[in-house]
Amino acid sequence: MSDIIDRPILEQEKTAATRLRIIDCDIHPSIHSHSDLNEFLPKRWQEHLKTYGSHLRTPYIGTTPYPRSSPLICRRDAWPPTGGPPGSDLAFMQKQHLDPLDVEFGILQVLDLFIFSQQNLEFGAAIQRAINDWQLAFWSHRDPRLKASILAGQDDTQLAIAEIDRCAKSGEYIQINVSPRANEPLGRRRYWPIYARAQELGLPIGIHVGGYGGHAPTGGGWPSYYCEEHQSNAHTVAASLTSLVLEGVPERFPKLKIVFIEGGFGWIPSTTWRMDQHFEKFRDEVPHLKRKPSEYVKEHFWFTTQPIDEPDDAKHLRSLIEWVGIDRLLFSSDYPHWDYDDARFAFKTPLTEPERKKIFNANARAVYKF
Amino acid sequence: MAATRIDCDIHPAVGGTRTTLLPYLDDHWKEQVVSRAIDGLDLNSYPPNMPLSGRADWRPKDGSKPGSDLAMVQRGAFDQLGASHAICNVVYGAQAVFDPYMAAGFCKAINDWIAAEWLDKDKRLRASIVVPIQAPDLALEEIERRASDNRFVSILVLSQGETLLGRRHYWPIYQLAEKYKLPLAIHAGSAYRTAPSSTGWASYRYEYYLSEAQAFQAQILSMIYEGVFGKFPKLKVVLMESGVSWLPAFMWRANKTWRGVRVEVPWVEREPASIIRENFRVTMQPFDAPPDATGVEDIIDQIGSEKMFLFASDYPHWQFDGDDPVPPNLPKSLVARMCADNPLETFPRLKLDA
Repeated sequence: MSDIIDRPILEQEKTAATRLRIIDCDIHPSIHSHSDLNEFLPKRWQEHLKTYGSHLRTPYIGTTPYPRSSPLICRRDAWPPTGGPPGSDLAFMQKQHLDPLDVEFGILQVLDLFIFSQQNLEFGAAIQRAINDWQLAFWSHRDPRLKASILAGQDDTQLAIAEIDRCAKSGEYIQINVSPRANEPLGRRRYWPIYARAQELGLPIGIHVGGYGGHAPTGGGWPSYYCEEHQSNAHTVAASLTSLVLEGVPERFPKLKIVFIEGGFGWIPSTTWRMDQHFEKFRDEVPHLKRKPSEYVKEHFWFTTQPIDEPDDAKHLRSLIEWVGIDRLLFSSDYPHWDYDDARFAFKTPLTEPERKKIFNANARAVYKF
Repeated sequence: MAATRIDCDIHPAVGGTRTTLLPYLDDHWKEQVVSRAIDGLDLNSYPPNMPLSGRADWRPKDGSKPGSDLAMVQRGAFDQLGASHAICNVVYGAQAVFDPYMAAGFCKAINDWIAAEWLDKDKRLRASIVVPIQAPDLALEEIERRASDNRFVSILVLSQGETLLGRRHYWPIYQLAEKYKLPLAIHAGSAYRTAPSSTGWASYRYEYYLSEAQAFQAQILSMIYEGVFGKFPKLKVVLMESGVSWLPAFMWRANKTWRGVRVEVPWVEREPASIIRENFRVTMQPFDAPPDATGVEDIIDQIGSEKMFLFASDYPHWQFDGDDPVPPNLPKSLVARMCADNPLETFPRLKLDA
């Protein structure tokens, strides 16, 4: 791999900046190779994977429709010296990220195999189940700072609920992750049983951007470039937030917590202003909403911070943070991806110590009940 | 004469294909629309009875579509809302027809109709050219046909058409737009070719309408990253009924993404935000404002160019109550600019004494 940067761990990275004590809500572990999953995947599905592979709604077997900006969209210095893809070696992750950044807890977000985009829903469910077990065996049990999410693709609601129940029994998972681009928008009734179960179990719903649904990445159609697709993640989260609020999910499940992961947060204020602006005109159409949309957003939704916005003028970042609300933000790094946010430098605007504590630690501690 | 105050977005309504447009169709389409009963082409984006589609006091008493009666539009847009001039944007299903020849026939009829029954009857009115963008070569013919009539001041397309607007097959349209000083007006509205977002088909009209903001964002990125403005640097693009307050965060994200991934689009040599400030304009209804005055000031400051804003009422759509389409809390200097200087600069064919 000539693209690897063999970068030594920098001197200042070796000592933990204990002032931070961060909870990182978005860390990507990778499977070393498909065979890692064999012990968790029934023989039938191992054979299926070998023979038929991933069946996604994308043109290529071996790569994504929009070639990314770097191999596996990763930082070029994040390839472990022991081999394997970035994020596949716990010791290296500890040395490069968890220890120097003084990560108190890190939440695992597994994207391998486009788990949520599998067209064969039964295969998808088998992969999710395997990954859920693998997260504990390979990560949480080896480093208790790393917390697993229950991956449950919502398009087969019954299988999803069964998997949620199976995993929840262990008490080791801290959230339920659903597909960001399922067959239908996230707020649709068919997905409500999952929200009902999440509320019962007291587990937040996590929605990490990415993957491939059945629809073009934008309302205008298919873009040509990765840079368009990359920013379309912000369109997707806005549409998802809108769907959840307008369908009345927080109205119907008043204790449900929902976390958007890797959507950034710049899009939130204007999305909620726009929802409120047009609420009166459309109120008849959504009589199940008892309050202005922004009120649901302020109570039920949290947002991880990466990719953080970088306005030219730092005071604009400050306004943005205040508009979204300090209490809504959860720090995330996106390690080991190319657009990683470094906890020490990402916020290019002053935060007070209490604000810093909330964004980097206390908010996540409360949402996930650490 | 009253102060110059150019309303850049009002909507005369086509009553129907077999009624309003019939006299303007050529013989083939006249026969076709009658024998095949081709009608009912109001866009699904704006069902006429939906509150947003027509403010209560701007709805004709006889139940016909809001915007269909010239005298009423004159009373609303000019007498009540105080415009000195107004640009007619006909948002009708011709832009969504699958048959390219039918689309071209209907667009031509709409343009002939707006010229004969609106522009000829009121010197204060201007119009956008409705084009069959489904077939770019036919769109070119339609633009050429109108180019000598200075009352046509822009080219109208929908925010959600068949493909993203930066794609190369549309470039001949932009070449002509630049040549004739016709800005491209992208108006909210969908041809329903793809779902309004990557998550699929929205349940509610409300939800669909909100997603228009993201469709506009995708169009901006498409036009920038495909290199439209490198090729046609003088082309202006007007976002109509797009909402405004999403612009700052969208521009930050675009700049950040471009900095990270611009290796992919080496022909884009400047930050997207600077291209947006130079080549894009936006109508001010709806604004989707923050609730407080400071927030509005911040948004204007963050957008960073007073040149971008264009006065518009979106008549007869219900975007505000009362008689003043200017969103509250805007700086005074900006209001003056957006009503006169900016529209005149954006629509160079807008000769006020035409």
